[in-house]
Amino acid sequence: MAKDSKLILDPLTDNNPITIQVLGICSALAITAELEASIVMSISVLFVMGVGNVVISLMRNIIPSKIRIIVQLIVVATLVIIVDQVLKAYAYELSKTLGAFVGLIITNCIIMGRFEAFALGNGPWRSFLDGIGNALGYAIILIIVGFFRELLGSGTLLGIQILGDPVAKTGLYAYGYENNGFMLLSPMALIVVGIIIWVQRSRNRALIED
Amino acid sequence: MEHVELFFKSIFIDNMVFATFLGMCSYLAVSKKVSTAVGLGAAVIFVLAITVPLNWLLDQYILQPGALSWLGAEYADYDLSFLSFIMFIATIATMVQLVEIIVEKFSPSLYNSLGIFLPLIAVNCAILGGSLFMQSREIATLGLATTYGVGSGIGWFLAILAIAAIREKIRYSSVPAPLRGLGITFIITGLMAIGFMSFGGMLTGGDEAEEAKDNTAQTETIQDNSTAKEIANNTKVIN
Repeated sequence: MAKDSKLILDPLTDNNPITIQVLGICSALAITAELEASIVMSISVLFVMGVGNVVISLMRNIIPSKIRIIVQLIVVATLVIIVDQVLKAYAYELSKTLGAFVGLIITNCIIMGRFEAFALGNGPWRSFLDGIGNALGYAIILIIVGFFRELLGSGTLLGIQILGDPVAKTGLYAYGYENNGFMLLSPMALIVVGIIIWVQRSRNRALIED
Repeated sequence: MEHVELFFKSIFIDNMVFATFLGMCSYLAVSKKVSTAVGLGAAVIFVLAITVPLNWLLDQYILQPGALSWLGAEYADYDLSFLSFIMFIATIATMVQLVEIIVEKFSPSLYNSLGIFLPLIAVNCAILGGSLFMQSREIATLGLATTYGVGSGIGWFLAILAIAAIREKIRYSSVPAPLRGLGITFIITGLMAIGFMSFGGMLTGGDEAEEAKDNTAQTETIQDNSTAKEIANNTKVIN
């Protein structure tokens, strides 16, 4: 039982898919200008990882190893099509913002990486836990980055102005605070992730490279 | 002219790595040495140049709403666009395998330098991203799609070459220990992306009438483009 909980807890911190395993960076950076988009992206990845890991794990004994990459891609692509259609039906505006990046979950290396590293060699229940754990680890970073970029960049969280109104100069803006529009541009996502890695590795020196 | 413009746009302004963060995983993982970076970069150009036009054909004649009308009038209102992810990724995976077999057969020396990278490429987001952006930006002709594929490939190649060179040099400087390796690479990439943003003004030159026309055309094309949307949001915030 302790081993099972490790499957979920490890990827959240010391074996985080983004900051330690360096998987699935593309989407983590591209869609994090708003917190809402980060959350929706995390939920989509959670679904695809959880279900995908179980499916691959159930099929692990019948997939010929030569064509396993294509089989894995087809499984992910099917799940992603489901996500994409659901998003288009219930959250059309958001699916427009996410655009091609929903499709890019297919090539999100976290998913392929966990299929290869875990689901092909373990039973469905453990694979499910591993999938959920890694997706949550991914979600944490996405939400941290999205939180800071939206808060510092446009002064809002989930679209709600929490630092006051920049036009009417209320709240913090009355004291001369300005939004840092640069946070919304793509380069800052890289720098924010770089800083997260810095903080994490300063706290846990065992993770330092070289 | 159209081709030249799209070519430079996809290399510099919409650079795969710096503007849309595609293919970041392999970009970070394979950029420790210049020689391997060149190999992977060349493979990406190669595969993008093949798969983007192929997927353009698929999109145009099978997947788009109404694309099946060449089969007869009764197929005219079919919309298969929900299948595009699976079709694109299947094309990419098969093409990569095919290219690998062909290269191995006809040019063993090229295979030795490119071969190990080809399987990696099937799951490189830059390749699928190239096809998906080709679809969402509604590129008009097969020729333009090829130009877009090659241009994006070269942009990715430039990016990985630059970061590999920097990483080879940075080994000799004293980076704070927790930032060493991955952390500093992220921050350098961020700084390079800021540099690449300055190419944004490159295509707005020319005399006034042309400029006005260009501007309207560009705001139109820009609307599909997520990064540009961020810029627009940003100016809104500043205003």
